[in-house]
Amino acid sequence: MSVLEMPGAGGPDVAEDSLARPRRAVDRVLAGNAWLVFAFLYLPIVVLIVYSFNDNQRVGIWTEASLRWYGEMFGNARVMDALRNSILVAIVSTAVATVLGTAAGLSMERYRYRGQRAFDGLLYLPVIIPDITMAVMLLLFFVQTFDLIFLATGIQFSRGLGTIMLAHVSFNISFVALVVRARLAGLDGALEEAAADLYANRWQAFRRVTLPLIAPGVAGGALLALTLSLDDVVIAEFVSGAGSTTLPVYVFGALRRGVTPLINAVSVLMLVGSILLVLMSLAVSRGRESSGG
Amino acid sequence: MSTTVPPPDVQPDFDTSPPVHGAGLERDAEKAASRRGFLVGLPSYAYLVAFFATPLLIVVVYSFASRSVRGATVLTDWNLRSYGRLTDSLVLTIAWRSLWIATLTTLVCLLIAYPFAYYLSTRPARIRAVLLVLVMIPFWSNFLVRTYAWRMLLGGDGPFTRLLEAVGIDGVQLLFTPTGVMVGLVYGYLPFMILPLYAALERLDHSLVEAARDLYASGWQAFWKVTWPLSRPGVIAGSILVFIPSFGAYVTPEILGGRGSTMLGSYIARQFIGSASDWPFGSALSVAILVVMMIAATAYFRAGGKNL
Repeated sequence: MSVLEMPGAGGPDVAEDSLARPRRAVDRVLAGNAWLVFAFLYLPIVVLIVYSFNDNQRVGIWTEASLRWYGEMFGNARVMDALRNSILVAIVSTAVATVLGTAAGLSMERYRYRGQRAFDGLLYLPVIIPDITMAVMLLLFFVQTFDLIFLATGIQFSRGLGTIMLAHVSFNISFVALVVRARLAGLDGALEEAAADLYANRWQAFRRVTLPLIAPGVAGGALLALTLSLDDVVIAEFVSGAGSTTLPVYVFGALRRGVTPLINAVSVLMLVGSILLVLMSLAVSRGRESSGG
Repeated sequence: MSTTVPPPDVQPDFDTSPPVHGAGLERDAEKAASRRGFLVGLPSYAYLVAFFATPLLIVVVYSFASRSVRGATVLTDWNLRSYGRLTDSLVLTIAWRSLWIATLTTLVCLLIAYPFAYYLSTRPARIRAVLLVLVMIPFWSNFLVRTYAWRMLLGGDGPFTRLLEAVGIDGVQLLFTPTGVMVGLVYGYLPFMILPLYAALERLDHSLVEAARDLYASGWQAFWKVTWPLSRPGVIAGSILVFIPSFGAYVTPEILGGRGSTMLGSYIARQFIGSASDWPFGSALSVAILVVMMIAATAYFRAGGKNL
């Protein structure tokens, strides 16, 4: 089952009187466990949000509700710079990764050619590799490449927003490709053939038939890429340079120095952003179901 | 890592039935189609070769280099010294700690998630859809922020400690201990376990369980002989999805761990960030972690390829 996509809820229901239904006592224990799990999942988030409105300088001690830390957050130049950097990186890397990932998904699912299996492996690896390994790889790569460029041309490149964007594209291509591919796998290739039979050229068939059909997959992949780019702290920490801090890298750095109420407010800002993205993804995936994917 | 993505099927996107006439033309069309497919994918593959495969190769190369006295990497003296250091007692201690923290995290996730996924899968479809959305929301929320929330909760003057003190339990210190790290990891990766388990259980044909019950199996026997074996692919997939990131964890131990809870991920990071940097050694550690990851991933695809 997929981690990339929401699993469906379309499986068979267990009938009310079925023997497969757990006994009442068992069912009650299961229900209790389920509520505990939901409490476990949501309580920390709720506490974080509540405490971000706490006026006290010390994080854990509640005095009174105020918007003080939100005010400080919007007045803090470093936080606002980091926010701007994060958004810029996310948008650019998502745009590039969506185009490349969609092409890769199409190529993987709709065609057969030699060497495809090697490419397949190349697409899967960035998904399963631990963040820290990817971060180390890319750091060494940029350092080494920039050294070689300097030796060859005398031009000194340095790490910054550009390197973060390049790094984010390299893991996001795979995620977009896998989502688009899953969408394509559920489609009937006959529709494209019909378009070809009706004298559409290849570009027309793609533009008028394939693209509208895979559009929910492309949109879902793009939203996933945005989320992952905004989520990334490890890779960005390694491949960023001076003055190119993203918001998660800023928060991570600040946490190492200690917890401040300002970080609570920044965290809630990030949380709200990512929850908006999830809700959009869910809306898109609902559209996907209703359009018969 | 999606198993909704089907394994590449062997059927080409054109007719392979023995051609009756015009065989030459068809072969040309075949060739054109596969050239087109290659060209469509080419920019993405070129990108991945440049910005993924090459970096991967560079890490391997660096792992054979040496470190100068001043901490710089010397790319002229090639040796296996960094790999030799993998058996240092400090490295073994940290590797062992990462291994048991990741294993326990996986087990705890499984224990919590299995009954939960089972409960979810036996609800009516409409309720299932709502509950799933409720699982997805924290899953996609920012990981760093979710981990930070636990730093607040477990902190000295945080609500959790307060609560314990209120009921008379003093001096419980979870923050900055391996237990604290584990709480954070379970919290962070629990949905990775829930979703594959749910997918496996949701697809389960309930009439099989009914049949077992009809044949006088007890509820427990029916579960053990029917439900559990059928959900095993979900168990394997979920376990590996939780184990891999827990084993290489960096952010969680940095935020929730203390001096005695360094894990491999943070130890690797320390070889690159900060004063005590040793890039060749850090590279060798990364290669080692990559090998472990590959073994786990192979197991995943074996399990998934056969059963999902």
